[in-house]
Amino acid sequence: MSRCLTERSIDHVVLERGEVANSWKTERWDSLRLLTPNWQSRLPGYRYKGDDPDGYRTMPETIAFLERYAQVISAPLRANTTVTRVRRTDEGYTVTTDLGEWRSRALVLASGACNIPSVPAFAQALPHGIAALTPMQYRNPGQLEQGGVLVVGASATGVQLADEIQRSGREVTLAVGEHIRMPRRYRGRDILWWMDTVGVQDQGYLEVDDLNRARNVPSLQLAGYPDSRDVDLNALTTLGVKLVGRLAGIRDGVAQFSGAFANLAALSDLKMNRLLRLIDDWAARNEVPGGVEPPQHFERTRVPATPPLTLDFERAGIRTVIWATGFRPDYSWLDVPVLDRKGRIRHDGGVVDSPGLYLMGMQFLRRRKSALIDGAGDDARELSAHLASYLDGSQVHFARERSAAAGALASLGF
Amino acid sequence: MSTETEKQVQNGVNVDALLGARDALSKAPEAAKFNWKASCKWMNGTHSQTSIQGFYGLGSQQSHKTEFTFDTDHPEIFASEDKGATPVEMVLAGLAGCLTAGVASIAQLRKIQLRSVKATLEGAMDIQGILGIDSDVRNGFNDIKVNFEIDADASKDDLEALVAQSQKRSAVYDVITNPTNVSVSVAKKSMN
Repeated sequence: MSRCLTERSIDHVVLERGEVANSWKTERWDSLRLLTPNWQSRLPGYRYKGDDPDGYRTMPETIAFLERYAQVISAPLRANTTVTRVRRTDEGYTVTTDLGEWRSRALVLASGACNIPSVPAFAQALPHGIAALTPMQYRNPGQLEQGGVLVVGASATGVQLADEIQRSGREVTLAVGEHIRMPRRYRGRDILWWMDTVGVQDQGYLEVDDLNRARNVPSLQLAGYPDSRDVDLNALTTLGVKLVGRLAGIRDGVAQFSGAFANLAALSDLKMNRLLRLIDDWAARNEVPGGVEPPQHFERTRVPATPPLTLDFERAGIRTVIWATGFRPDYSWLDVPVLDRKGRIRHDGGVVDSPGLYLMGMQFLRRRKSALIDGAGDDARELSAHLASYLDGSQVHFARERSAAAGALASLGF
Repeated sequence: MSTETEKQVQNGVNVDALLGARDALSKAPEAAKFNWKASCKWMNGTHSQTSIQGFYGLGSQQSHKTEFTFDTDHPEIFASEDKGATPVEMVLAGLAGCLTAGVASIAQLRKIQLRSVKATLEGAMDIQGILGIDSDVRNGFNDIKVNFEIDADASKDDLEALVAQSQKRSAVYDVITNPTNVSVSVAKKSMN
């Protein structure tokens, strides 16, 4: 956004509570790599030029990438400046920080979707003596006691941690709620190459049948390991991870799991296969440079015949619970009445329900890839145009273009 | 813009009304709070009769068009008089009714014409639990199997997706597969 504002000669500052790439530096586990291949982090006026376009960035590489970008675009950055309050005034917004006050006519909220780990309320019923960690506190398996580990949640974070911790010799039980299964590679290409090429990543926020659902679907079961290995439930079962249903409660030292596991696995298989058939249809009608391998069919998710419905922490030897149950944004500093009853910002494709206020970096903000580094560019170009029109008082409107694959994507289901 | 003529599907479900209600209730979530009610009278032995008519929802008291009554009892092999289905069979009836209603509604929404839908249910139970023979055996079902046989204008994949979505949206399926807090109170009725 800063780069787009600079291009439009709009005077602005970028406030950062830490240094550039703060959350990547301080809130991620050691082995994490980006889920997107290197070539796919395209930012306005900047792209990957290294010799491993299909690799996945480590955290130090990700941090260096963002630091270089901030330098290249000469972002007017105020680092180590923590925003403590944002108020609306007649002229615009007043931003209070620990280093003084800023006044602006327009404001872009780019503080992220993942500030606070969402942990279920029943977590407090966890028996004493069992360590509980959120993914923000987790660094590596060496940090955990020997013994069993219950990982709660099977989106990208949960399945990656289950994979890594099981490989460290600790027995992992994974509680699986709603999830989206995805192979890392399909027909010889990265799945995200396909989603980008076919147009899935560009699917617009007005082109999904249920936007609320699209904005809340769990992240794809993917990892960016150098060996491109899958981390879906079948891969984890093969590793020896025990699968149970969604954690529904804890009572008297016993975890209770939902009996709906088989259906969630079936729904996930159906969604994955719908995407793969969409890719096959596209590949049948289009020339793929370098050719493609034949269609693949993946085995159904192997669901245990009778997954246990309860787990006694003590008897099962569970020493650690990891709450991979998602994150939510922190708006405790936002003193502008734009939150809905569930604490989410009311906005239309990033244009917040308060004049001159914009939002970025949220899932499906304007398109499927909005929460990816690769999606920031298109969103920033469009929202900066809206912001510029707002500042000069001209008519503000978006061209409501349909993405190329809109029709075919309507029934994707995630 | 679709230029195809809308496919005519009639499963007897008023989807427009359901979608309208969904839209209205998402704006007024208080009205979405319902209370379902039943009252049960002991008849004799293991025979009881449950009556259902009133319920609460959309912000006020509501009522079924008529009162429905259900007899529950146990079969003769339990030394009972068998004046009704067993309560656990009523649970299967609830699950079947809920999933099948979901199948019809979602089929209507997805423009799938149904010709016939038949669900067959089996609930496995080890009655050592309810008889107190073995405290490691639970009282309730240890496994429920549902089989749907559907004749419709749709592929096998579409039917699987239909049945999967019906489970995802089903109240009774949720009640059975997830823990629910149940509180039971008792009052002593005075003689006079």
